[in-house]
Amino acid sequence: MTATVPPVRHSSKTPSPGGRRAAGGRAPLSRLRLPARLRRASLPYVLLLPALALELLIHLVPMVVGVVMSFKELTQFFISDWSAAPWKGLDNYRVAVDFNAPVGEDLLKSFLVTCEFTVLAVGLSWLFGTAAAILMQDAFRGRGLLRAVFLVPYALPVYAAVITWSFMFQRDTGMINHVIHDQLHLTDGRPFWLIGDNSFYALVTVSVWRQWPFAFLCLMAGLQNIPRELYEAAAMDGAGIWQQIRRITLPSLRPVNQVLVLVLFLWTFNDFNTPYVLFGRAAPDAADLISIHIYQSSFVTWNFGSGSAMSVLLLLFLLVVTVLYLLATSLRRKDA
Amino acid sequence: MPDVRSPMAAPRSFVWTRRIVLTVLTAFALAPVFVMVVSSLKPLQDVQGPFRWFPSGFTLRPYADIWHTVPLARYFVNSLLVAGGATLCSVAVAIFAAYAVSRYDFKGRRFFSVTILSTQMFPGILFLLPLFLIFVNLGNATGIALYGSRGGLILTYLTFSLPFSIWMLAGYFDSIPKDLDEAAMVDGCGPLGALFRVVVPAAVPGIVAVCVYAFMTAWGEVLFASVMTNDTTRTLAVGLQGYATQTDVYWNQVMAASLVVSVPVVAGFLLLQRYLVAGLTAGAVK
Repeated sequence: MTATVPPVRHSSKTPSPGGRRAAGGRAPLSRLRLPARLRRASLPYVLLLPALALELLIHLVPMVVGVVMSFKELTQFFISDWSAAPWKGLDNYRVAVDFNAPVGEDLLKSFLVTCEFTVLAVGLSWLFGTAAAILMQDAFRGRGLLRAVFLVPYALPVYAAVITWSFMFQRDTGMINHVIHDQLHLTDGRPFWLIGDNSFYALVTVSVWRQWPFAFLCLMAGLQNIPRELYEAAAMDGAGIWQQIRRITLPSLRPVNQVLVLVLFLWTFNDFNTPYVLFGRAAPDAADLISIHIYQSSFVTWNFGSGSAMSVLLLLFLLVVTVLYLLATSLRRKDA
Repeated sequence: MPDVRSPMAAPRSFVWTRRIVLTVLTAFALAPVFVMVVSSLKPLQDVQGPFRWFPSGFTLRPYADIWHTVPLARYFVNSLLVAGGATLCSVAVAIFAAYAVSRYDFKGRRFFSVTILSTQMFPGILFLLPLFLIFVNLGNATGIALYGSRGGLILTYLTFSLPFSIWMLAGYFDSIPKDLDEAAMVDGCGPLGALFRVVVPAAVPGIVAVCVYAFMTAWGEVLFASVMTNDTTRTLAVGLQGYATQTDVYWNQVMAASLVVSVPVVAGFLLLQRYLVAGLTAGAVK
């Protein structure tokens, strides 16, 4: 993806550039009758035109509007004509980062919950994915079937899968309490899972369940790029299978892991679907992820200006973390 | 994949670790599927009482009832139109863009690629709030009803499916030797001729992978669907919540409906998973 592509040179291979080929009429561009060289230079932009137009419409304009919104007092009275909303300057931002006042305090709490959740969920997803990919590197009976089974959580539509989890987490009728209380007698009473502090663990469980197959998929692809000879040489030197995993497999997976961990981080940090389907519009405090929090303060309390300021802050945070992460990992690669 | 790691047989400790870990992961992965299937075959009093592993009496009633309790068929059609529309649009546009990125060295190429990729990290909520306002205001000003319409929802879905399609397809096109389309141009094809006669046919696995991925993400999307739809355009993602009334949740029907909406995507995914792995390998890992 990052390799630079040399320009395609037609002229060196066509006997008369712009002559016969342009008259061929197969390329619609020839109808424009531009000089051949200009046509060739503008061709990539013409190919990009639909994408550029759409990008403008779906990414650029909304981004600009979003930033403008964050400086306005955009409440329900101004939804139908947002340009009429009064300017607030930096007030939305000031309120969002004033951690002693209710709005800022709640935002900080939600941010910290999201951080904790992300670390735990990404860590476990990565661990499960790595374990499965490495243990399934060798051929054994039923491997193909298992691989399909492991991909099922990834293929199921979020709402269908998460709604099933919410049924499993029901206090009186769910499977989780049936197993840990009725059958294993691990708890005194029947704990609540979807309200109160336990909701955090319910959310982590569902998130890991949804994401570890993706880690498994990526790492499985990464494992195929490790040359067999490395293992053979190690085995000749007397390295056992555990040593081979530690000395060859894990270091070889580092480039894949660098991308994988970043992607998992971003998805988990921004996740809206899982908490929304699990808890509904208002998540319990212990599982109040940042995207739900912003949604709540925008669409439930109808303060879009404040919601936009929060999303811009969230984006800035993600940008900083991503840049730092990319710098750190590419520095480490140079060291190695 | 015949990538046997070492010429030596795996030791016992490894084999046992493998058995235990893979069994636990299988149970974890399939637990909700088990609950979904079994609960969808239970009579209502079974899912309203304490959990039991198997139904007291198998019944197919929930599968008949799901269509009446909520207008599931309409939601199904809406989801199909929206997910299909978003997939078609993004792949059609992405083929041209990816070809330009993969085959031409033009000014701004790197900037374009980086911008496309970085939109993937933006939280969906960042685009949702402005798009919501733009759609509402546009509707009021011009009468074009984007808010609440399927077309509007398709447009919002492009925010995630288009960048991903361009990025993954460009990666896949890179893996197709350039000699092929250059040869086609020597034989008298224009650039578009080379694209559609040579590159696209060679990239079919990659294109299939992108389609599957785009369709799957659109089929499962909740955030935009919960804001940008109304009663007639509601998709499955939002409609499935309709089985919960003020007093009761028809869990057996919820599970039956979940299973019905899952089967098409899971089947498609498992059938095409080879392409998806290959597409991911070419586009993302390398």
